[in-house]
Amino acid sequence: MIERRPGLTALSHGVMILGVLAIAFPLYLAFVASTHLPGEIMQVPMPLTPGSHFWDSYGAALAGRGHVGGGGSVSRMIWVSLVITLIITFGKISISLLSAFAVVYFRFPLRSLCFWAIFITLMLPVEVRIGPTYEVVARLGMVNSFAGLSIPLIASATATFLFRQFFLTIPDELVEAARVDGAGPMRFFFDILLPMSVTSIAALFVIQFIYGWNQYLWPLIIATSEEMYPVVVGIKAMIGSEVAVDWNVVMATAVLAMLPPAAVVLLMQKWFVKGLVDTEK
Amino acid sequence: MEKRVLFRSRWLPWALIAPQLLIVAVFFFWPALQALMQSLQQQDAFGGSVSWVGLDNFRALFNDETYLNSFKITIEFSVLVTVLGLAIAMALAIFADRIVKGAAFYKTVLILPYAVAPVVTGVLFSFMFSNSFGVVTFWLHRMGIEWNHLINANDAMALVVMAAVWKQISYNFLFFLAGLQSIPKSLIEAAAIDGAGPLRRFWNIQLPLLSPTTFFLLVINMVYAFFDTFAIIDAVTQGGPGKDTATLVYRVYFDGFRGMDFGSAAAQSVVLMAIVIALTVIQFRWVEKKVHY
Amino acid sequence: MAALSLRNIIKRYGHGPKANQVIHGVSAEVLDHEFVVIVGPSGCGKSTLLRMVAGLEEVSAGEIRIGDRLVNDLEPAERDIAMVFQNYALYPHMSVFDNMAYGLKIAGVSKAEIKVRVDKAAAILELGHLLARKPRELSGGQRQRVAMGRAIVRQPRVFLFDEPLSNLDAKLRAQTRLEIQKLHRELGITSLFVTHDQVEAMTLAERIIVMNGGVMDQFATPEEVYSRPATTFVASFMGSPPMNLLKQAPGVRPGMILGIRPEHLQLDNGGWSVQVEQVEMLGAERLVYGRIGEEALIMRLDESQAPPVVGDTVMIAARPDKLHWFDAGSGKRNV
Repeated sequence: MIERRPGLTALSHGVMILGVLAIAFPLYLAFVASTHLPGEIMQVPMPLTPGSHFWDSYGAALAGRGHVGGGGSVSRMIWVSLVITLIITFGKISISLLSAFAVVYFRFPLRSLCFWAIFITLMLPVEVRIGPTYEVVARLGMVNSFAGLSIPLIASATATFLFRQFFLTIPDELVEAARVDGAGPMRFFFDILLPMSVTSIAALFVIQFIYGWNQYLWPLIIATSEEMYPVVVGIKAMIGSEVAVDWNVVMATAVLAMLPPAAVVLLMQKWFVKGLVDTEK
Repeated sequence: MEKRVLFRSRWLPWALIAPQLLIVAVFFFWPALQALMQSLQQQDAFGGSVSWVGLDNFRALFNDETYLNSFKITIEFSVLVTVLGLAIAMALAIFADRIVKGAAFYKTVLILPYAVAPVVTGVLFSFMFSNSFGVVTFWLHRMGIEWNHLINANDAMALVVMAAVWKQISYNFLFFLAGLQSIPKSLIEAAAIDGAGPLRRFWNIQLPLLSPTTFFLLVINMVYAFFDTFAIIDAVTQGGPGKDTATLVYRVYFDGFRGMDFGSAAAQSVVLMAIVIALTVIQFRWVEKKVHY
Repeated sequence: MAALSLRNIIKRYGHGPKANQVIHGVSAEVLDHEFVVIVGPSGCGKSTLLRMVAGLEEVSAGEIRIGDRLVNDLEPAERDIAMVFQNYALYPHMSVFDNMAYGLKIAGVSKAEIKVRVDKAAAILELGHLLARKPRELSGGQRQRVAMGRAIVRQPRVFLFDEPLSNLDAKLRAQTRLEIQKLHRELGITSLFVTHDQVEAMTLAERIIVMNGGVMDQFATPEEVYSRPATTFVASFMGSPPMNLLKQAPGVRPGMILGIRPEHLQLDNGGWSVQVEQVEMLGAERLVYGRIGEEALIMRLDESQAPPVVGDTVMIAARPDKLHWFDAGSGKRNV
């Protein structure tokens, strides 16, 4: 549509730039802070351009040096985060695919009940049941372990729901053709259903990765030793109660903590946006 | 739920659904039931024995001023986060919808906060607003504004709200943008031919057609503010000063894991469960009805 | 031995007193190499019948035999059949080659043999240059050919077609019809073809099954179905424009229905008095729509005859050797 309103276009760009600045500022600041010495940051106001001590901060963070409230080496923390996140992501996606497949393509007694049982978990995020879930995990001896940190978080049903919605849109005729071709249910699942679900799986991968990586409350409770801290818990421990903290190390940690999820989001931006909007609707 | 074409098997569907059912049973239903039971019990100080106290825990809760205050705080916090989050995101989405050049760049940057962990957001904002060396604090003082979120309850609330909104803008923005782009171009064009300028078009056409998205995000944001913001609060204020930014979720953690009052924490969990269920039901009944034409 | 035998097939949905019976005892014996078309309006049960032969629907009662084997309880893949679906049902993420090869792969056929069969089918259907493409890159007609190719490679005992031409535009439909005929001439596989289009039925079939409300009204050759329809339904369904069915015209015996095709009427001063309401000039022929008393009448004239004027009353008589009599109550042909 042809509409010549240069003023409005300028305003639009102006607003967007403002928005981008406001959004990017904390991130930019974090990066800048991570490249200075602690002393430089503490002087008010701190410099707004990157310094030259990049390796000092990041090196200290990764090795666990530096004057911080707690947490240990960031490289260990990132490793922990990665393991937990991948367990959660792959775990959730696999069991949800199987469950959605069962619920949509089979008729079995109590099917509705099973579906609603899974569905109810959508209604209660982990924050609401932390106490007793902790007790269960303790009873199973999974405290402070990778399993304890990840498996209880696989319980929720977002993925199952999404896959179910998607499976319902697959034309019946495709299943019939596969039956005529001699494909049994599992063959159909692997040869036809899965390849067709790639976009949904990709979108869910991003969403679950972010979910898993950013988990805070649960690991806070379950991880009782520093070496089992994911990086998001570690970073909070760093600023703990001590006032004189090496902020450059903290900021370096923040940047490191943001990199994997940001990378995942940016690389899979297209699928992710589509999947997010389609999921919730 | 009905598909016409099904596979026939006695045992296969059970095998497929078993992993999820198992995990759900162990890590969801069992704890949920425990929470219900514990909320009706009282543990003695040394964790030795438990006694049934019926609804005493709940009565104690609702008689506790600080708990009721938590409700107030939570609602205040949620409303602020929701309204600000939606308004800013909608504004950004509207302007983003209008431009072609650089749209991809703007969009990419605006999505970034989604990738940032809530707790990291909290740390970043703590850093920016730190009393001693925070950049923003410095500018505020320069402009003559007093700022101390460690002492002033309003400043503390403002800070957590800002952090929470910053984080949530990406999500809201994505949905608003998608909603705007799903409005058929022909409607906008027809309005333009009818003589409506951009402002009128926004008010009369885009905004109303965006209402399903808005309602949907309203509920999502409320739930987010209620529950997903624990990390931000813990990072920035730890519920302080005093208990002035302790939302309901924060209290459950605090009373249960710091204060060791399991009965009360359980009762609070049950209350929260009821609220979530109510919100989710509202979302599915009311919002779904509006969204599906 | 018949290639395909249906004996008293009944289909019910639901159980007990609330059960809904949709197919009421259909029996037919299809001969080896025969091309049979099942035709009827929507909801008459033709697709259901086909799907029961395919094994995609349960048979409530009756027997289906392919060759000599009772197949009621066999899975589709075990029945030695292949099916072409209305919406092609091609696997979107597989290439044309893989789509055609899938059934063979599952059956454990060797790669070499698969290539031979797929290439042969592709040659017959002129798909050779499309083997590497994905379905979304093909036109509707090409997709339908791939669907047929998938069926051919299985070298089945019986071919099942479920309204395969309904999604194609008119020109493509005519073209694909010819291809199907050619295919049948070359391969000679017993075929069961479902359609709601009586033109397709008349042109493709060696014999036609006319379905009406779950009942098989007639099972005969196209000529037989056209010239000696077994019921008023068959009479009015087959042929375009449809056969005139008159109850009250002079000369019609009480309790009977007189059937006469539009092309078997002629202008004749000794006939009925017909009020002309509409005349359609269709090039090689003209259709005259009129009213005899309360009932409608259609007459066909060829281009050599001068058409009447709308509003006129003309005298029309039926050729006495082309009359069809039906019982008014049952609708069945009165021999």
